Amino acid sequence: MTARTRRTLVRTVALAGALSLGLAACSGGGDSGSGSDDASGGGGSLTIWAWEPALTDVVADFQEDHPDVDIELVNAGTGNDQYTALQNAIAAGSGVPDVAQIEYYAVPQFAIGESLTDLTEFGADELDGTFSPGPWNAVQQGEGIYNLPMDSGPMALFYNAAVFDRLGVEVPTTWDEYLEAARALHAADPSVYIASDTGDAGSATSMIWQAGGQPYQVDGTDVTIDFTDEGTQKYTDLWQQMIDEGLLSDISGWTDEWYQGLGNGTLATLVVGAWMPANLESGVAQASGDWRVAPMPQWEAGQSVTAENGGSGLSIPAGTQNAELAYEFLEYATAGDGVQTRIDAGAFPATVADLESEEFLGKEFEYFGGQKANEILAQSAADVAEGWQYLPFQVYANSIFNDTAGQAYVSDTTLQDGLLDWQEKSIAYGNEQGFSVD
Amino acid sequence: MTQTVPPPVVADPLRTARRPARRGRWTGWGFVGPFMAVFALVFLAPIVYSIYLSLFRQQLVGGNAFVGFENYTRAFGDPAFWSSLGRVTLFLAVQVPIMLGIALLVALALDSGRLYGKSFFRISIFMPYAVPAVVATLMWGFMYGTRFGLVGNINDAFGISLPNPLSPDLVLLSIGNIVTWSFVGYNMLIFYSALRVVPASLYEAAAIDGAGQWRVIRSIKLPAIRGALVIATIFSIIGSFQLFNEPSILQKLAPNAITTSFTPNMYAYSLSFSGQQYNYSATVAIIMGLVTMVVAYAVQLRGMRKEA
Repeated sequence: MTARTRRTLVRTVALAGALSLGLAACSGGGDSGSGSDDASGGGGSLTIWAWEPALTDVVADFQEDHPDVDIELVNAGTGNDQYTALQNAIAAGSGVPDVAQIEYYAVPQFAIGESLTDLTEFGADELDGTFSPGPWNAVQQGEGIYNLPMDSGPMALFYNAAVFDRLGVEVPTTWDEYLEAARALHAADPSVYIASDTGDAGSATSMIWQAGGQPYQVDGTDVTIDFTDEGTQKYTDLWQQMIDEGLLSDISGWTDEWYQGLGNGTLATLVVGAWMPANLESGVAQASGDWRVAPMPQWEAGQSVTAENGGSGLSIPAGTQNAELAYEFLEYATAGDGVQTRIDAGAFPATVADLESEEFLGKEFEYFGGQKANEILAQSAADVAEGWQYLPFQVYANSIFNDTAGQAYVSDTTLQDGLLDWQEKSIAYGNEQGFSVD
Repeated sequence: MTQTVPPPVVADPLRTARRPARRGRWTGWGFVGPFMAVFALVFLAPIVYSIYLSLFRQQLVGGNAFVGFENYTRAFGDPAFWSSLGRVTLFLAVQVPIMLGIALLVALALDSGRLYGKSFFRISIFMPYAVPAVVATLMWGFMYGTRFGLVGNINDAFGISLPNPLSPDLVLLSIGNIVTWSFVGYNMLIFYSALRVVPASLYEAAAIDGAGQWRVIRSIKLPAIRGALVIATIFSIIGSFQLFNEPSILQKLAPNAITTSFTPNMYAYSLSFSGQQYNYSATVAIIMGLVTMVVAYAVQLRGMRKEA
């Protein structure tokens, strides 16, 4: 769920009424005070802002172990909505929660703004090695650790095996084969597309990540954005061909048409994060048994390099009085007993021990025809390319992806030019916000 | 009668007049007070706060600083803002006359008394207005779908290939269609109610003078509902400049055709909620408020001129 919302949050339509002069006087989101009772002696109270449904059980279990602790779990909105509320609460200096769920790509933005507590002071650095490398890198900013990973989205190829069988097309293992398969599928049945894409910042950056591109270099407030590197080029070369040859369906992700397409076999694959199975089971139930999971297509045959796509963890906002108790909860939920609780509820964990456990790996997915899908997904988690960084203002940058790079899907603009436009606008925003960007 | 009033009494009215006036000043405030308090809080305060916000700049790095009118100068040189303003102006120039024209036509038809099933006709024209804008847009969004939507069905049924209503070139037209569908009934009702209060004696006089239907419409009906026309136009202008719901919902279906700065309100929204640029967002909102006021006022002046 978290990743699903991550991908849609930019387009999330808060069904707010028309804005008028009073627009900027938006309300603060702080409707829950954080009590500062006795935090030291086992008791105390915590306010948690999170949208991850599995946390309800985690909170209940935690309270069983800590009967004195009073926890209030608040859904303050999903993704961007919650960030807005959190930012308002921090700016107002009141109603700040003790724990907040934050997606990896948004962590730098909050860390730079000094809105989050550095968890190294509670010994978070000792957890080094507990989490898979992708999420663990994502929660660090400079010397600090600002978030403990809750789930992750190592990427894999989800494909509709029934469609591939019917049309006699091989399942691709490299991106070259992927392009061939895209042509073959569409030629064999013009209603079938290998995938749909109308421009998605999360997917594009993940693809570039896997190709070895590192367009974002962040060192404190010094930021470099460069979408001309080799990795980016590999991605745009491939994707431009896909666009030009009309091999991508123009259905936008997470719409009704998209779910229908996944269900009726007109959309044959998805290259997304490991959080997808739960979404397929609930959203595309009619295709149960048709889908399978395969490793993410590679840029070079024989390699095994992947990237992360989505995922979130828990942070402690700066200024809370209950940081110690909050950290106790963080550790419980992300590295303690809370992990199994969330796995049982369908989450994909970020902890190495669980990713390697027999029980987890051996789970047979009825939806995937009895396939032990977690084996592939866990392997993907171990193969995530290192060195990727997100912008300290990625939330904003993602929101203008379709204004810029998205134009490649509907006009003569090339994807490369679109990305350069994205780069330019991101640089302008960064400099406006006081970063030094070039 | 006043001549008989004796001179000493003349001083009294002055005194008595002054006393109630003084007491009355406070009594008046007492009555208006609750309203003024609410008015100041919910109406004036947000505007004042927006103006206050628009004079500052908050940065992710570097904090808050007073920048005077810098946000305003930035807005005047901001192509994204101008293109969004241009888009809603085009929308205003094309959609509003069409919508009001249809509404007027329907109102005149209803008023002519020559229509069978008048009540049914009236309610069915008005019905779309009762559908919330969000629902209406979702509904039309499904119909515009080229695959599973109505457009897709038509394509399949007739073996043709209609252009995609949600492509960048057509999306403004598609939005105009939704807005027209929603608001024809509302405007029709304004016109129709204005037509209903025209005294029947005027029509009788016209009939005696030998005026035909066209003459009646031109010389009696249209002048009689001039005020309603102006009001409907002003509402439509405000509505056009504040266009937000329809494009914002369709954006999910056509993310590349509808940019984050498609209309001024969407621009202000995304500046504020995805960019945390509250100050600049407030500036854009204030400028749009002023533009709307000026245009609406100009229309009102022009519309009411001959009546004065």
